[in-house]
This record gives sequence, C-alpha cells and structure tokens, in this order.
Amino acid sequence: MINRDIVIIGGGPAGLAAAIGAYEAGNKDILILERDHSLGGILNQCIHNGFGLHTFKEELTGPEYATRYVDKINELNIEAKRDTMVIDITQDLVVSAINEDDGLIQIQAKAILLTMGCRERPRGALNIPGYRPSGIFSAGTAQRYVNIEGFMPGKSVVILGSGDIGLIMARRMTLEGAKVAMVVEIMPYSGGLKRNIVQCLDDFGIPLKLSHTVAKIHGKERVEGVTVALVDASKNPIKGTEEFVPCDTLLLSVGLIPENELSRKAGVRINPKTQGPEVTESLETSIKGIFAAGNVLHVHDLVDHVSSEAYLAGKNAVKYVNGLMKSGNTIKIIASEGIRYTVPSTLNPNNLEEMTPIRFRTTDVYKDRSLNLYFRTERMMHLKKRILTPGEMEQILIPKKWILDHPDLTEITIKVEKESL
Amino acid sequence: MTMFDVIIIGAGVIGASVARALSKYNLKVAVLEKHFDVCEETSKANSGIVHSGYDAKPGTQKAKFNLLGNRMMSEFCKKYQVPFRQNGSLIIAFSEADLPKLEALKKQGNENGVSGLRILNQAEVRQMEPYINEGVFAALFAPTGGIVDPFELTIAQAEVAFANGVKFEFGTKVDHITRTKDGFQILTNHQPYETKTVVNCAGVFADEINNMVSEHLLKITPRKGEYCLFDKEVGHLVDKTIFQLPTQYGKGVLVTPTAENNLLIGPTAYDIDDKSDKSTTAEGVKEVLDKAGLSIQKVPTSFVITAFSGLRATEAKGDFVIGEANDVPGFFNAAGIESPGLTAAPAIGDELASLVAHSLKASIKPTYLDGRTEVVRFEPKTVAEKATLIRQNREYGKIICRCEMVTLAEIKDAIHRPLGARTIDGVKRRTRAGAGRCQGGFCSPKVLEILSKELNQDPREIAKFDQNAILLVGFDKESL
Repeated sequence: MINRDIVIIGGGPAGLAAAIGAYEAGNKDILILERDHSLGGILNQCIHNGFGLHTFKEELTGPEYATRYVDKINELNIEAKRDTMVIDITQDLVVSAINEDDGLIQIQAKAILLTMGCRERPRGALNIPGYRPSGIFSAGTAQRYVNIEGFMPGKSVVILGSGDIGLIMARRMTLEGAKVAMVVEIMPYSGGLKRNIVQCLDDFGIPLKLSHTVAKIHGKERVEGVTVALVDASKNPIKGTEEFVPCDTLLLSVGLIPENELSRKAGVRINPKTQGPEVTESLETSIKGIFAAGNVLHVHDLVDHVSSEAYLAGKNAVKYVNGLMKSGNTIKIIASEGIRYTVPSTLNPNNLEEMTPIRFRTTDVYKDRSLNLYFRTERMMHLKKRILTPGEMEQILIPKKWILDHPDLTEITIKVEKESL
Repeated sequence: MTMFDVIIIGAGVIGASVARALSKYNLKVAVLEKHFDVCEETSKANSGIVHSGYDAKPGTQKAKFNLLGNRMMSEFCKKYQVPFRQNGSLIIAFSEADLPKLEALKKQGNENGVSGLRILNQAEVRQMEPYINEGVFAALFAPTGGIVDPFELTIAQAEVAFANGVKFEFGTKVDHITRTKDGFQILTNHQPYETKTVVNCAGVFADEINNMVSEHLLKITPRKGEYCLFDKEVGHLVDKTIFQLPTQYGKGVLVTPTAENNLLIGPTAYDIDDKSDKSTTAEGVKEVLDKAGLSIQKVPTSFVITAFSGLRATEAKGDFVIGEANDVPGFFNAAGIESPGLTAAPAIGDELASLVAHSLKASIKPTYLDGRTEVVRFEPKTVAEKATLIRQNREYGKIICRCEMVTLAEIKDAIHRPLGARTIDGVKRRTRAGAGRCQGGFCSPKVLEILSKELNQDPREIAKFDQNAILLVGFDKESL
C-alpha cells in the first residue's frame, strides 16, 4: 500500500483541472490515474473548435484545450499514471488500480476526486425495435473512428438525438464525405446548444426533425434504412406518419450517463436525477473526503464549466486534507417548479467561498419566464429569461454575504416563474 | 473428394454437442455452418435456463432429454469451464384458483423424475425472493433448475470437437442433399461434400434439411421470443428463475438472473413465417416489460441495456425429433429442438453420437482429449489473483472493456484459442467485451483494432458477425 494525499480518478478535463486546483491550494502530493493512453479524455477526439471561450477567451479545438492543461500538469510535475484502470474505491479512501507495468496498485488516499466523466446511452436503453445489424453506432464511437482512426463508419447517415455530439457528428460526417439525411429528435426541442444547431445543421442544410423518432431499424447484416415517425404526446410513434429513410448508418446521440459504478461501489449516494453523486457546496459527496466534479457529477454543455467546477473541487479536497473543512448545519437547496436538479444540493455556511455557483437545468422549454431564488419567502434574485431550455445549463452565483445575513436559513428554493406583463 | 464419415449441419448448441460427442471416435467429421462463427442463431438468443423438467409431458423426448441434460449439467459445465449456477426455479401462481395447476405440474414433474419439487405458500415465496410481486399467491419450487451461459455452452463444446479433429466449415450453406451409393452428396454455396452419414442440427431450418432426403416430412414454425436484458446493477433483484404458470403458448414470461449476473426478462411467444426475422418489436418489448411486472415488484426499466429476439424451432408434432430417419439410413435428425433444448443439448449430443458411431461401427480414439484449453476470466478473480495474473502476463493489466473489465490478454486468447473469434460479436461471446452497459460504445473500436492486428486483416474487413456486417466502409474523405 502506498500513501498519497490526493488521488484523482480520471485524467480528462475535470481531473486535470482538479489536480491544478489542488496543487495551487498548496498540496503537491497528487496522483492522477487515467485509464486511457493519453491525458485529456474525450477532448482528444473532439477536433472541432469552440472550446475555451469562457476560460481562455479564444476558440480552441478539443486537443488544444486539453494540451493547455496537460502542459500545466507537466510543468507542475504532477504525477499521472496512464493506461491505469481503477477497479475499486472504498469508503476508507483506499483506491485499487491496475496497469501493465505496476500490476496491482493500492493507494491509501487522504482525499479522492471522482472525475471519471460520462458515457453515451446505448441503443438498448431506448428499445428501438427492429434488427440488430452492423452500422448502429453511438455518436462518440463514430467520432473516434473518424477523428482518431481515420475510418468512415458509414456513407449515408441518420442521426437519432440532437445532443451536442450528434450535432457535431452531423457536420463532421458531412465534411468527411458522408450524406447525412436528417437528425431526428423525439422531444419538441433540441438537447444541444443553439450554436451547434446553427453551425452544424443549418449551415449544411441538414434537417432537424423535432418530435420524431426512429420507429424501426431495417437491415439484417448492415443497416439498410430506418423508419422515422412523428410521435404523440407520450412519445409513441403515430401510425400513418412513418417514413422510410434509406441509410447505411444510424448514429445515436441520445443522452449521456455519468459513470458512477466506482462511486456506487464505494457507497457514494447518487442523485437519481443527475445520476451523479449528491454533493455539498464544496463538491464533497456523501462520503467524507470523496469529492466529485465534471461530467461524473452532472453532464455539462461546456468544458469551461467542467474545468472551473473541478478546479474548485481540487481546492476543496486540499482544504479537507488540511482539516479546514467545517461541519455544521447545512442549508438544503430545493429544485422547485421548472427546475430539474441543482448542483450542489446543500450549502454549509461555514465552508462558503465569496461566490457559490449553483448549476441546474430546467425541466422543459420555457419562453418569457424568470429564474428566481428564494430564501424562504423572500425573493433574493429575479432573472428575466426570454428562453429557458433543458439543453442549456443555467448558473446563478450566491454571494456568501447573503447567506451569512440569514443565520437561521434552512432551505433555499430555485424556481421558474411566469413573467407578469 | 474427401469422404467424410459424418457431416453435421449447423453449429448451434446442438451441432456443437453432437460434434463434441462424436469427436471421441475414430471418425472423420465436419460441421457445415452458414454463419462465420458457432452460436449465431437460436443458441445465442434464448433464456439460458437449465430446466428442471416438470414442464414436459411424461414419455416425450423432451421429458427424457430434459432430465438427462439437467442431471449432467453441473459436472459438464465444470469440466468444460462453462458458467453455470443451480439457482432453482419458482413457478408462481397469482390466486388460490391456480393451486391445482401447481399441483398438476408438481405431479407431472414427479412423474418425469424431477427431484425436490415443493409447493410454497406466499410467506415462504416472499422469504425466498424478497423482491417478488405482492400479488404472488404461491409457487412451485424446483431446486434443480439452473442458469447457464448459452454462448459458452456452445463454444466450449465446439472447441473440444475442433481440438479433437472435427473440421468446421464456416460460411457454408447447404443447398441440396442427395443420396449416393455410399451415403450422401451435399451441395453448398462453396464446394460439394461426400459423407457416409448426416446429422441434421439446423435449428429452425431443420425441416428443410430433413425434407431434402426424407419422405417423413417435418414442419418447423419459428416461434419468436423477445427479451430485455438489464445491467448487472440490477442482476441481484432476484435469485431464482421466476416463471409464471404456463399458458397455451409456452412458459410465459420469466424473470431471471443470468449465469453472468445480468437480469433477463422474456420471452414472448409468437409464431411467425420468416425464419430470418429476428427483429424486436415495440409491442413485444412492451409485453415482456408488462408481464414481468406481474412477477416482481418493479421492473427496473431504466437499466435495460439491450433487447433481442430469438426463434424457437417448433415442430408441428410438438416434440423433439431425435434419431435416424426411418426411410433414410445414415440420416440422423436433431430437429424441433425448442425449449428445453439448451438443457437437453449435451444429452442429445451424446445420444446422437452413440447412434451414429454404432451405425458406422466406430471405435474410440485413444488420443481423445476430454477437456478444453483453460479460459482465464480476469474480472471475477480476487485482487491478489489479479495481481498474480498481471505478473505472469502484463496484458492482463490492460483493460479493453471497462464495463465488464475484460483485458487485452483475454481478447487475444479468444482470437488465438482453438476455433477462435474472428468478429466483434465472436469476441463478445467469448470474453464479454462489449456485452456490458455501454454495449461496446467504448471498446468496439479497440476490439476491432486488436482483431485487425492479430488476424492480420484490413480493419475495413472486420465484421460485427457475418461477412457483410462490416463496421467501417472506407477512409475519411474517400467519397468526397
């Protein structure tokens, strides 16, 4: 057994930023464990630009964004074990991992950062009827084939789901010579960012079929086409609206699931809404000394937010190791009308930074509404919003001073309200 | 042209069982299989259940071979390294009015020779299965029921056969069989074959093969069964295989852990016309989910990882057709092998092999090896064992499939072992890489790369299963 202060599980954007956060908070005894051969995670296959607008005020590609962090990790001499798979975490903060060179590694950590990211929802989760031929890929798998391996997984494509990866792949497949017939979205709105719909679909004349789904997959060996149909209010295909769309490939971009199998094994409490750990203002999970950030916590739209969240988590892990994390009463954050979840879900007034970011998504698309923050019945914040959509993560910042001014506060509420004209 | 002693048609679990059992004789045996691997039809898409044997009518071939198969399964699976667990089965009833049906099944089971059958009241059922639906009134408990990995049961036996000299001809579809003075000539999509005897193990197509030579026509109707498979996270919700009382269409929907610790529900039972229609349907999946909801408290629908369907080979007379055709000496059938066919398979293999060997007056081969090259599975090992494995072979330290924790060493072994994998699905069925919760999203590009490298084959030729089921259609920008 070896001893390390800070063990970071996953060397993607969250893990790298967490390591830098911990280092800059004064602890240099950090170990990153990365299952892949390179640091940077999924950014390595995201060769399109648009990363880093918030963090660096410029538009970087995924690999460029990752490189900024990897360079920094190298410069700070932070140790990263690559090609290393963590196989177990315990609530006593023992991490077990394996790799080819060291065999089994067991590490007693003082704090653990969960930064494992997320995975794509597979076809089975959707129960799309039909055959099970070759030619059905999740958008991220196709992205890897095209951007890393240099192979085309198909020539004529239908994309199910308008998540950002699906939108990005509609453009990428087109640029690489495939014909993308359409993007099909079961919801009446897209799950992706507006800018991606404009830049990846509209600019290339690719239709986005809202409130439609793939009702059947055809082809016994390789995909030969899909049946696309309009859906009713309960998301079932409407008879008579079916259309056969010939294609050799179906890409799925139907949601991302935080990868919390290790967290569950350790006994970390998971929020059923986000599928990520329940965390405090310090991004600490239900197990003391285990922190979480990035897409393992809740799926983000922008890597910039992943980085800033994870930086904070790294910093807080050091605070914990130094014995500065305080106990005390916590304030519950209630996701009320129109709010699906919030991260964090509790605040401890004794551990607050000057500003605490609360991130959340709405449950539906809302036009001309407002976001509101209540301390009991007192409205503390009122933000007018022309549009709110579950596809775009929202954030509000709560000043420490407000909380300290309300010493008996037990819960705060965030809700969407109608704008009175 | 080579003269074979035996040609087995079909490399499903029955063909593999016959091949394994025949491989101990001094005989020249070949298996003709139209797909590119073993276990590509019904054998890969079923419940994976080792039935106790209460269900078949006494005196039938089904009853006989079910019992024989059930009794030999535990030893057999140990010897050939096939995942198996005797978890026991419950047949549940929802009202007092159903009690006579349970009693009748118990009586039938006793008559068939099933041991340990016992009727449990509601409290006993709940104690045994805490997650059982509250509407369950009573159950018949069959302690000899079990669960087996159907892929491994097929692959293991095929490997034994191959290692003992049986030839496997993949991608070879039988078009025509004619009788000759020495036996049979078999025309295929490739070369013709001459053989003294034929064993028909062609699953849903066994009637077509039989009817090429025999006047005693068979009629097999494919009966489709759709299933939903769940994440291992919920594999522990039930311990026993939970059947509902049989209906006129068969055993009803079951809820069971699998031998690999997933949760499985299904199947539906609908007669169809097209023997290649293995599609799932929205109605079928819904029916399975709805019916399973009667057996357990809540069906964990958000944990479904895949849905699939398989075709039962239902013969018109309703029983297995096993043995030499009356009017065609040297032509042996294993036809109509629907449930409990998986359970019965090893016993059917033994029976047919001894019939064939007897008719050919074959002797036992002194060099016969009754076993299989060791299969090392990394994931179930203890931490200490894992460390040792990696020290012995560093490629056990390289995880390729993160969901099922499958290592590079295991995937390379699956490719290079006897009758090794040549496709993505072949690797999946031998190692479970890609069988987990992300369904190959992360590992399939890696598995494809390993296959390409180890088989020295262009990545664009690597298929998911059959030849035309390729994954990659060309290089980037090729069609610009």
